[in-house]
Order: sequence, then C-alpha cells, then structure tokens
Amino acid sequence: MIDVETEGLAPDTAVLRPHGRLNMVLAPRMRELVATTVEGGRSRVVVDLGSTEFMDSSGLGALIAGLKTARQAGGDLRIAAVPEQVRTVLSLTNLDRVLRPHGTVEQAVGEG
Amino acid sequence: MTTTARAAAAIRYPHRTWILDDGARPEMREAAEALGVGYLTRSEDWADRPRHAKAGNLNNALFATEGEFLLILDADQIPEPRILDRTLGYFSDHDVALVQTPQWFSNVTEADPLGSQAPLFYGPIQQGKDGWNAAFFCGSNAVVRREALMQLGILGYVREVERGVRRALRSGRDLLRRARHEALAAGPEAVAALDHVRSAVDDAMAALDAGHPVAEVTYRFQRAVDDAARGLVTTDVERMRADLAVIGELPTGRHGLDVAAVGDDVLDQLSAREWSPLGAIESVRALVGSVDVDRGDEAQPVMPMATISVTEDMATAMRLHAFGWRSVFHHEILATGLAPEDLGTMLHQRLRWAQGTLQVMLRENPLVQRGLSWGQRLMYFATMWSYLSGFAALVYIAAPVIYLCFGVKPVQSFGGDFLSRLIPFLVVNQLLFLVVGWGIRTWRGQQYSLALFPLWIRATTTAVANVLFGRSLGFVVTSKERRTGGPSWGLIRPQLIAMGLLVVAAAAGIVRAVLGYAPTVQGTVVNVAWVVYDLVVLSVVIQAVRFRGSDADASEEEST
Repeated sequence: MIDVETEGLAPDTAVLRPHGRLNMVLAPRMRELVATTVEGGRSRVVVDLGSTEFMDSSGLGALIAGLKTARQAGGDLRIAAVPEQVRTVLSLTNLDRVLRPHGTVEQAVGEG
Repeated sequence: MTTTARAAAAIRYPHRTWILDDGARPEMREAAEALGVGYLTRSEDWADRPRHAKAGNLNNALFATEGEFLLILDADQIPEPRILDRTLGYFSDHDVALVQTPQWFSNVTEADPLGSQAPLFYGPIQQGKDGWNAAFFCGSNAVVRREALMQLGILGYVREVERGVRRALRSGRDLLRRARHEALAAGPEAVAALDHVRSAVDDAMAALDAGHPVAEVTYRFQRAVDDAARGLVTTDVERMRADLAVIGELPTGRHGLDVAAVGDDVLDQLSAREWSPLGAIESVRALVGSVDVDRGDEAQPVMPMATISVTEDMATAMRLHAFGWRSVFHHEILATGLAPEDLGTMLHQRLRWAQGTLQVMLRENPLVQRGLSWGQRLMYFATMWSYLSGFAALVYIAAPVIYLCFGVKPVQSFGGDFLSRLIPFLVVNQLLFLVVGWGIRTWRGQQYSLALFPLWIRATTTAVANVLFGRSLGFVVTSKERRTGGPSWGLIRPQLIAMGLLVVAAAAGIVRAVLGYAPTVQGTVVNVAWVVYDLVVLSVVIQAVRFRGSDADASEEEST
C-alpha cells in the first residue's frame, strides 16, 4: 500500500509513503504513482521510507525510474527516513551516491 | 538409582557405566562422581527442540559414548554381576543386534494384586516370538549392538530427509500457484521466474522418484531458484542502468548528480537470496529454506532409537528386524526391578504401553513393513491387536446382561454348525494355553486383560487421535482420594458400573426365569454362570484399588 500526501505542501510537491515491503509486487504500483503525480504537476516527489520494511532490486528500480520521470519533468525525487535494510541495499549498489538519504521528510522538502 | 549405578559398576565383564540423567540434577552428578561412574545429560542441541523422552535420552548418549555393546537399564533395575557374561556371547553371531532378558520385580507379593509380574510374556510369549526371530525389545535389561542402532539412525535420517524434502516440494507447488497470482501484477518477468521455479520443483520431484541422492537434488533445486532470482534482478538492474543513463544526459538541474555505473558485483549482491525479488514473496522463500538436508527441527540429524512412539523400544526393534537383524530372548532373570505400588501408577504405565504400541501400529503397521518375514509381521501385529480387546470385553459384558434382562440371544444360531466350529476352537485354545502356561501363574494376566477394558479403549481412542489429529496422549487422572489415604475408587468407576450392571442383570434373569418369562432355563443358567465368571475376573480391580503397596503391608504387620 502506498499513501500519497499533498496537503499543506507546496503545489509542486508530493510525499509518497510505501508501507511494508517495496518489492516485486509493490514496485509497479510505485512507478505508476510517481508517473501520475508528476503528470499532475507535482514534480518534486519525496518518498518517505519510514514505514518500509524491506526493499529489493524491483523497489530500487522503481525509485530510479521515478527519479528519471521527475527529472525529465524538471523536478526531483528524494528519499527520507531510510531504514537500515534499505540503507544497506543502497550502499551496496552505490545508489546512495544517486539517491542521497535525507533524515526527515521536512529536510528532503526543504533543501534546495 | 545409586543402588542401580553401584550394581552396574560392579558387573564383572569389563565395561564403563554411565548415568543418563534426563533431569540434569546436580545431586545426581555428585552421586555419579562419588561412585566413579560416567554422567551424561542432554547436550545444548536439545534446548527448544522435541526431547523424545527416553528415546531422546538414549540417542543423546549414543553420540557421547563409544562402547560396541550397550546394556540398557532403567533406573530401578538392579543388574547381577554376571549379566554381561551371560548375554554377550550371543553377539558372536554378527547378525544379532539385541539380547533381551526378563523383567522381574522384587517388591511384589505372592498374590501380586496389581499383576506386575509378567511370567507369561517374559517366558512362553517371548520364547515363541524368538522362534520367529521376533523377540521384542522391552527398553530395559537388554544388550544392543551399537552398529545396528547407528545403521537404523542413518537409514532413518535419509528417509526423514527425503520425506521432508518431498513434503516441502509438494507444498511448494501450492505456494507457487498462489504466488503466481500475486506476480501477475508484477509483470511477465516475475511470472516467468515463478514458472521457472515451478519447473525446478517438478524436476526435483522427478529426480527423487528416479532415486537421485537427496543432497544433489536439493542443491540443483536451490541453484535453479537462484538462477530465476538472478534473471529477475538482471532485468531490474538493466532497467536501472538505462534510467541512470537518461538522467545523466539531462541538463544538470539544481543538484549535481554522480551517475556512477552500477557494477556487475551489484548484481551478485542483489541476487543474494534474502534480497532477491523472488525471495520477497514470503512463501517461496519459506519453501527454499525448508528444502535442505540438515533436519534443523531436531536436536540431532541422526536418531538411532525410533521416536515415532512412546514405546520407542518396540518401534526400534521392529525396524531392526526389517533391516535383517536378529534378536534373542535370553530366558534368565539377570536384573530385578521395582514395580508400581499403587493402582494409579500401574494404570498410567499400562496406558502408556498400550498407547505406544498402538502408535506403532498406526504409524508403521507391521503387516506392510518391507523386510519383515510373515512370521515377524504376525508376531508384532498379534501384540498390537491384543490391545484392541477392550472393545471385545464390552461385548463379553453386554451379552449376558442383554440376554438376562431382555431375553435377546447374542447369536441367532446355537445349532450344530455353529457349535461344531466354536467348540474345537475354544478347546484347542484353552489346551494350548494350558500347555504353554504350565507351571506359570497366568490367572492375574487373564484377569487384567479383561478387567482393564476401559484403559484399552481409552488407549485406542487417544492413540488414534494422536496419530491422525496430532492430539496429546493425555494422562490417567489420579483422583484426590489417594492423597487422603483412602482407595481411589474413581480410577475403576467403569468396572464398578459394569459389575453393578452384571449383578442387576443376574437378579433380573433369575426373577424372569422363576416367573416363566425366560426363553429357556438353560439359557438363564449359562448366562448367570457367565456373569459370575465376569464378576470374578473384574473383581481383581477391587483388590487392586484397596492395595496399599508391599511395604505398607509389611509395616502394618509389624505394628500389629
């Protein structure tokens, strides 16, 4: 399940919050959500991983695909509240150099 | 216990003595040290795993000791110094795996109200079974060959592992079907990967059926699953690389971005089992984990003593026989033990024996065990079958009651045809019993085989519930009266009810005969005689429930 939050945010910003396991099953939904959010004019996307228990290569792929979509629309995709397991996967793949983990959603929204 | 250990240490033939303390009591360890005998408790592997009672205790000890032959003694069985000299000779026959000697109890009075001595079993019955190479293993006072037990353990391990792998593969099929449904949402690659795993399951099953080694089959299966996962990760990683390349070509935005190439080592890392997209589907991961060869659910992968029953001895001996080993019954009392001294304990012990025997019958029915001769199959089955007699006892008791009260005959034909078949059977049966049991006190045994009918019925129903539905075997409920010192009448309530019914029926039958309602006078006479026989047989439980133990008798005599 993925929550989308826009209330109280700037008109170009949205927070996506995947719950549980961001894996093969949930990843396609994630890609789709980023695409529709960006199409709807909110190209600055923050993915709050605070309640994500697990991520595999499909989940990572969805984040990168989201980053591409957001960048192509002139926006950005940032990740926040990254749990330990996801941090490990990111550093193993060097993807932490592409997607820098932010401490909180506010920090991710605030910077730049 | 220390008496037994001291006597065991004093056995003449060179040997080592071990106390196998399942309770790991410090005072027992001290006693063992004081006596200079070995002391063993369960290893750490047994924590949080099935303990398998006595079988588990022996299996634990088998891996901590090294003797070629093992004399097994219950804690109260005091051996004679010559026990090994008298029994080891049989093992010069290299096919002999087991020598069983009788169990004899020193604390039993002449009258033996609890029927503890089993001279018929540790005599003609075991001798007869021995003639068919089917002498039973009775758990104590027996010498076993380590090599035979180990062989059982190894073969059992192989069988259990294969069974476990098959079970996992079968449930894997169901899991994959469900996972496939989930994967439809995740795209064609996921579905293809699951189909790949599914065909790996089929291949593994076929390879097992073709007799390929289990280790090889599971290794190949896990490789196939890894390949499927790797295929999926490869797709994901390639897509990521393409996306990153696109991002790299975009005019740099507000953030500079280090679009490092995702290296090939990343592929390996992400394919590692716990992070693979296939592993992400919980059910498939569980399947992969269970298809392995270490029997992680047991304390030891190799369990020489059978653990399928609470009477591990019978199950173990039957497996030994099935693998072609020989057993011997040595008819000489070489150890003396202590029998239960009250009815509650005795009933509990008998219930356990009956339940254990019926567990073996239901789990490994001797009639269909490969490797057993027909003589052996019948020897084992006859003992198991005898525990079903509780139901026959109900008929024995009900038949005269129904006849005397309602005039309904148990069989419609008492004509020549029926009698010409029944009478020779009864006569030959009794004659054989007389010949076989000559000079042996068999009356107590006969009484109890009928009088304990409620216990046999309960053993049957609980064993069936245990084997088929995994229920606990339960305990004999000991009534509170025992604590206050009075007889525990509650233990024999069914027998008391049966006796009451028989008495009422006899009275009713006589009244009916006097008033002329009975079909025939002979019928009434025969059935009243039958009732008297039943009452005499059942009366043993009244003696038993009033029995205060042999020591109590003695002290009472002294005080008067």
